[in-house]
Amino acid sequence: MTDSVASTSSVITAAEVVSQLRSGMTIGIGGWGSRRKPMALVRAICRSTLTGLTIVTYGGPDVGLLIAAGKVRRVVCGFVSLDSIALEPHFRQARQRGEIELTELDEGMFYFGLLAAAHRLPFMPTRAGLGSGVLRVNPELRTVRSPYADGEELVAVPALVLDAALIHMNRADARGNGQYLGPDPYFDDLFCLAAKRAYMSCERVVPTAELLDAGPQQSLLINRSMRCAVIETPHGAHFTSCVPDYGRDEEFQARYAAAAAGGPEKWQEFAARFLVGTEAEYQAAVAAVMA
Amino acid sequence: MTDRLAGTTGGASLAEICIVACAEAWRGDGAILASAIGLVPSLAARLAQLTFAPDLLVTDGEAGLVVPAAAGLAGDGGLAGDGGTVQEGWLPYRAVLSPQVASGRRHVMMGAAQIDRFGNQNISCIGDWARPKAQLLGVRGAPGNTVNHPVSYWVPKHSRRVFVDEVDMVSGIGYDRAAKLGSPGFHELRRVVTNLAVLDFGGPDHSMRLASVHPGVSVSDVAEATGFLLAAPYEVPVTRLPTSDELALIREGLDPGRRRDLEFA
Repeated sequence: MTDSVASTSSVITAAEVVSQLRSGMTIGIGGWGSRRKPMALVRAICRSTLTGLTIVTYGGPDVGLLIAAGKVRRVVCGFVSLDSIALEPHFRQARQRGEIELTELDEGMFYFGLLAAAHRLPFMPTRAGLGSGVLRVNPELRTVRSPYADGEELVAVPALVLDAALIHMNRADARGNGQYLGPDPYFDDLFCLAAKRAYMSCERVVPTAELLDAGPQQSLLINRSMRCAVIETPHGAHFTSCVPDYGRDEEFQARYAAAAAGGPEKWQEFAARFLVGTEAEYQAAVAAVMA
Repeated sequence: MTDRLAGTTGGASLAEICIVACAEAWRGDGAILASAIGLVPSLAARLAQLTFAPDLLVTDGEAGLVVPAAAGLAGDGGLAGDGGTVQEGWLPYRAVLSPQVASGRRHVMMGAAQIDRFGNQNISCIGDWARPKAQLLGVRGAPGNTVNHPVSYWVPKHSRRVFVDEVDMVSGIGYDRAAKLGSPGFHELRRVVTNLAVLDFGGPDHSMRLASVHPGVSVSDVAEATGFLLAAPYEVPVTRLPTSDELALIREGLDPGRRRDLEFA
């Protein structure tokens, strides 16, 4: 009652997230491959009028869905994979048709790019990328020479500065603290720190005092200084994994991949069934076919 | 091939011979992270940890580092492989990428859609990068892996499509490119295991060399399936067969469901 801070709510809707984004923005998406992706927010963007986005991600079906919806100009990544299904069909097709631009980085370079942005540094030095095709296909990448006695030449990974970051957590409170309960934080805090604005969907918004009921203090990955707006989207990482709340929906992912690889007709059928409606309609349609 | 193998392998299948040949990549590595991409390398890393390389660190495929649950290894009358694992550590992706990779405390076995004579590897795309004929995974961690720590490769189907003159997108770098960098010498390609043979980089200028052929495979079989000239010793040995302990661990402990055969179907 007397706690005025506690009354400050950062909770908004997915529709409000979309209304704060603009076409042409550079958007970072947390998670990894087909793991703990903010899929409800991705689906909301797919339903929007946004276009020309640059998507910065350890890529999974987030990339595929956004490409299929015509939202993507460029992907910045080290890979795009569905994990249990190695290749992402929409990403493959878009690349093979020359429909999207790609900034292809080594996974470690990508990490250092996020670190640089989070630290407000112009770049981070690394050996990763030296001698590889990454430097050939990204001619804008530069190397730096160590100013010390070793004089070693290193790749200067430029900061991956984001207009917005989207992440998904297991739990959050209304003020913007976030908690992951699965095995891996991935890089979600860095995405938020690298971004001008950050959006955190979660399985459940709980009172602050209940956060530690679910996991140890080390699971509190996102703090309020990361200024995340909070969106409660139960099952919002579906069909990617969000353990311990739920694992990857392998059956549905296989259905997605088959539709995506099956040509325009199969994909239209899938999209009409699952993707045209609201998030609640998506979840209901999934529950209906998977029952 | 299966027919030719019969009778020469002591009952070991090609998959089992390959698992052991992959496991051998980590022999002598000590307490470093054995990362494995794909089923055969994953079974191999677990097998190595259970037998001749007990100090290896092995993951559960997520962020957990695991060791055999039972202390007894094959030979003590117990099969640790069927006792499951216990978690001994935590290694999320950010800790793998930095500092595990960059500190050199890792030896990864990756796949290769293409690989050339000096071990330049490609998992990114086939054809012109700007508009590829076939988009694959992307370079993943291969560029960083190959300049930081030992790397080996697993190729389930040895063919001229994989063993090429020049790869389309260099993901993991080979010895020729590493030599030009002037970086500290952290680059090391240990071995390439295929369904036909084991290869290393003991040829001239660290070029690829035939180290052994699997039972029933001839040197010319390998040469015909390779799109460049392979170095080879005068006498090419035959890949060693799994021991009975190793076979028991694979069959009863690590892979009772015979998932290993799927890659050889």
